[in-house]
Amino acid sequence: MEQLTTIGLNHYLTISAFLLGFGLFAVMTRKNAIVVLMGVELILNAANINFLAFSKYNGGMEGVMFALFVIVIAAAEAAIALAIVINIYKIFKSVDVSSIDSLKE
Amino acid sequence: MSNPTYTVIFYLFAAITVCSAAFVVFTRNVIYSAFSLLFTFFGVAALYVFLSADFIAVTQVVVYVGGILVLLLFGVMFTNSIMQGQKSEVLHIIPGTLLLVGMIGAMLYTFYTTHGWMPSETTLQGSIVERIGFETMSRYVLPFEMVSILLLAALIGAAFLARFDKSSK
Repeated sequence: MEQLTTIGLNHYLTISAFLLGFGLFAVMTRKNAIVVLMGVELILNAANINFLAFSKYNGGMEGVMFALFVIVIAAAEAAIALAIVINIYKIFKSVDVSSIDSLKE
Repeated sequence: MSNPTYTVIFYLFAAITVCSAAFVVFTRNVIYSAFSLLFTFFGVAALYVFLSADFIAVTQVVVYVGGILVLLLFGVMFTNSIMQGQKSEVLHIIPGTLLLVGMIGAMLYTFYTTHGWMPSETTLQGSIVERIGFETMSRYVLPFEMVSILLLAALIGAAFLARFDKSSK
C-alpha cells in the first residue's frame, strides 16, 4: 500500500511502458498512415516521460534538456511525415500503407 | 510525497493518459483517434507538471496540441473523403497483440524487479524555467542552435514537398 500511495519513479515508468506498448501496437497493426504517425507520437511521449522522470529523481538537468530537444525533433518529424503522406495520397489516392507496394515484384 | 490529494490527482491524470492512449489505438475511426490523442497529450503535460518540469509541460501543450495535433487532423481531413468513411482497417492483429503484451510485460517486469533505482537526495523541486535558460545558453548552446537550423530546414522541406505541382495541371 505504501508503494501505491507514495508516487515514485516506478509509477512514471509504468505509464511510459503502457504508452510505448500502445504506440508500437499502432505502428504494427494500423493500415492508415496517419494513425501510424500517431503511434510514433505516443512512443516519443513515452520516451519523454522517462527522460523527465529520471531527471527529476536524479536531480540533474540533462533529461529536461533532452526532452526539450525531443519535442523539437517530433515537430520536425510530424511536418515532414505529413508532407510525405500527402504526396503519397496525391500519387496513390490512398493512405493505406499495405497497398503502397509498387516497389514489390 | 504521500499527500493523499496529490496521489489521487496523479492517478486521475495517469488514468486519463493511459485510457485515452488505448482509445487512440483500439478505435477504428481515425477522427476519434485524433481527438483522443488530444486527451493523451494533455494528460502527459499534467504528468510533466508532477515531474516539476513546468516549462516542458507548457511546451508540450503549445507544440503537440497546437502544432502536431492540428497537422495530424489536417492530414486526416485531407486524405479521407467523407463518403468513404473514416474507418481504418487493421492487419497483423495477432503479432501486434503479442508484441503489445510482451513489450508491456517485459518492461514492467524489468522496472519492478530492478531494485537499483537510487533516487538522489537533491531531486528537482519547484520551477525549473530559470535553470533551463541557463543550461540552454551555456552547456547546450550548440545543440540548441543545431536543432533550430534543423527545424527551419525541416519546415522549409515540408512546405516544398507538400506544395501543389503547377506544371502537372
